[in-house]
Amino acid sequence: MESKADVVIVGAGINGCALAYELARRGKKVVVVEKNYIAYGATGRCGAGIRQQWATKENALLAKRSVEIFEGLSDELGYDIGLRQGGYLIAIHDEEGMRQAKKNVEMQKSIGLPVRIISQEEIKEIAPILNPEGMEAIAATFCPTDGHANPFKTTYAYAMAAEKLGAKIYKFTEVKDIKVKNGRVEKVVTSKGEIETKYVVNSAGAWSKKIAKMVGIEMPNKPIRKEALVTEPFKRIFDCMVISFKHGIYFSQQDEGQILGGIPSPEEKIGYYTQPTFSFLKHMAYMLGKYAPPLKHVSILRQWTGFYDVTPDALPILGETSIEGFIQCNGFSGHGFMIAPMTARLLAQLICGEKLEMPIDRLSMERFKGEITEERAVVG
Amino acid sequence: MKIVCRCEDITEEDIINAIEEYGCTTLAELKQLLRLGMGHCQGRTCLILAAKILARKTGKSLEEILPSFRPPAVSVEIGLIGGENGE
Ligand SMILES: Cc1cc2nc3c(=O)[nH]c(=O)nc-3n(C[C@H](O)[C@H](O)[C@H](O)COP(=O)(O)OP(=O)(O)OC[C@H]3O[C@@H](n4cnc5c(N)ncnc54)[C@H](O)[C@@H]3O)c2cc1C
Ligand code: FES
Repeated sequence: MESKADVVIVGAGINGCALAYELARRGKKVVVVEKNYIAYGATGRCGAGIRQQWATKENALLAKRSVEIFEGLSDELGYDIGLRQGGYLIAIHDEEGMRQAKKNVEMQKSIGLPVRIISQEEIKEIAPILNPEGMEAIAATFCPTDGHANPFKTTYAYAMAAEKLGAKIYKFTEVKDIKVKNGRVEKVVTSKGEIETKYVVNSAGAWSKKIAKMVGIEMPNKPIRKEALVTEPFKRIFDCMVISFKHGIYFSQQDEGQILGGIPSPEEKIGYYTQPTFSFLKHMAYMLGKYAPPLKHVSILRQWTGFYDVTPDALPILGETSIEGFIQCNGFSGHGFMIAPMTARLLAQLICGEKLEMPIDRLSMERFKGEITEERAVVG
Repeated sequence: MKIVCRCEDITEEDIINAIEEYGCTTLAELKQLLRLGMGHCQGRTCLILAAKILARKTGKSLEEILPSFRPPAVSVEIGLIGGENGE
């Protein structure tokens, strides 16, 4: 194992691997330490939907810049990431929802997103399988450049490109402790040896809280079990992701033709619970049948669980901390995949002392001391 | 060319490539990367074959390579589980 590095990254999910690539590209000596295998965490269990239609400008901008990066990523990294831009269709259920949607669309348009409000008829044109009555939708918003990428392919693409640039990724290796000296990180203690380093990046997903504790930082993040299911594949019949903030549902048809989706489980609990529930399966199946009646005849093949790493305002925690060299990259709730390309770029700029393309000070942990603006446009 | 996973059309070469090029050492990684065992039969025939290739290439024992299990164990129609009124 390497005994010295410029940056040690904890966790080889999409965020750890993307950052490893961005840092290696800038000539940094990077080591990624992963307790299990690449994409073991939320990354390998996620819907991998890419949405730019957010209610807060921070998330919308992070997502928009990330889409610009996603669009060129297969070429940049030299591996296919399976990007498909079929749009996101977000149901609007009532007058209150319409007011909020209009406000969001105005902000989203102001940053240059091609979003629009569509009627019930247009919902059926875009995805004929949908039933607006069953969805209880009076209208929807639609952004055609939203979409999906293959989470495994994307993460491996970043990891392999990082390794080609000299980064080292240690799988099946656990970070056990982080030593601090004079208020600055000094070394990382792993199950396979110690690494001296100037920076430690905490991108351990739902386990980030435990990593921060190693340097004495308490985090407000909570792990919440989320469930998802997938059906048998069939001929492609729609291209967009369908979601609703009111019902919390999301689903889309994947490249191979299967439907993948999720909804908040009736038995949602805080903590590291990994058991899938039958109540989720039942609730999701019922709602899928309402949203898209023909799906009633499609068979479910699998269900699984993963964790959202949830902060009090559903915005990520990024950047520097009271311990010098200890950098946060977590708290991504249900959207850490779609903003990873830009997040990684910004943190690499921060660590390398470059000018940041976008300010991230509002996303540091300091914000929990004052009043918080919550991101309400969340699903799953 | 030996087919290992018929549902997802994965050959022995695909698996060996994932082990040698991508450094996969577990069934979980092969599932992620290749969709091994994700087909209609849910890996009933291919997982054991792939486990044997992994054992041969990595020197691990078959017990170490056992698959994780994700219900439902048999596929079932959405309409049958969801019903008409969410009861
Ligand atoms: C069901 C579900 C659906 C989702 N859908 C979407 C979606 O459609 N779009 C979207 O953008 N996001 C979605 N998300 C959220 C997204 O998956 C996550 O925000 C994102 O994958 C987080 O990536 P990460 O790299 O930060 O963390 P993770 O992928 O969780 O990786 C953290 C890694 O750290 C490792 N680790 C933990 N502790 C240690 C230790 N002590 N030492 C070494 N390694 C350690 C873990 O093994 C893990 O591999 C979804 C999440 C779930 C659960
Ligand atoms: S043979 Fe591999 S999933 Fe059926």
